[in-house]
Amino acid sequence: MDNLMLDLKKQIIAQLNLQDIKPEDIADNQPLFVEGLGLDSIDALELIVLLQQSYKIKLSNADDGPKVFRSVKTMAEYITAHRAQNV
Amino acid sequence: MSANIYITASCIISKNVVYKNAEKVFENQTSAVPDFLSSLYLHFEIKYPKFYKMDNLSKLGWLAAEILLKDNFNADKYKAEAIGVVLANTNSSLDTDIRYYASVKNIASPALFVYTLPNIVIGEICIRHHLKGENAFFICEQFDGEFIEQYVTNLINNNILQACICGWVELLNDQYKTVLFLVEKEALPGSMLFTNENINKTYQLENG
Repeated sequence: MDNLMLDLKKQIIAQLNLQDIKPEDIADNQPLFVEGLGLDSIDALELIVLLQQSYKIKLSNADDGPKVFRSVKTMAEYITAHRAQNV
Repeated sequence: MSANIYITASCIISKNVVYKNAEKVFENQTSAVPDFLSSLYLHFEIKYPKFYKMDNLSKLGWLAAEILLKDNFNADKYKAEAIGVVLANTNSSLDTDIRYYASVKNIASPALFVYTLPNIVIGEICIRHHLKGENAFFICEQFDGEFIEQYVTNLINNNILQACICGWVELLNDQYKTVLFLVEKEALPGSMLFTNENINKTYQLENG
């Protein structure tokens, strides 16, 4: 899980061009949107693309978005759960 | 009779050199376009994390506006609705359109898609400086100082705007040039009349 979260932090920085931020600057539980990393709605779409491209996971229900993308930890938990389902 | 209108500041970015009010303020001949734009951003110690998310055309126009307004523009003199932005170029957002088209072959990038319109440059400038006045982005075959002069003069003489950022923001692959003017009703020391002749003279400046 720790490795997955580190990978996710690196991928988020690369995918969203957050060049002023390092992986260690993002806490596992830090909110990604608004008061946390300050991501916006276009970034949310890029995170959906990231899940598809890197983990072959499609967000089946758009209403799950805020819960899944709340933090790096919630993203990692979602990926872990869906990887287990796909096995 | 119309009152005089003045160019109170200008900024040129071309061939890896930056001029503010006809004086060279930055040069970096060693970089490709994206690296040059990043080096310019870092040189002026600007803090705006969204900069890195912009496409190259928006970075170019945004940086030129940043340098244009730096130090000598007092936005408090005007209502946000009284400051406009009028830009033009030849190749629209083609530089990003091509990149977006390439990304569609895999999974289309939403972050790239939002830059597939040239007027997004204006949006980025307006968000940064809280400008809410009239704006337009024109596609022309070539730089047309007379058109810019007439269009902006009309906006100011009809009291639609009190001040305007206007000019040229062009970028395609490794070719780029931007020439921006800050146009106001009141002259500042060093101001020029906002005429076709002065617009073209400034546009040609980097050619010597």
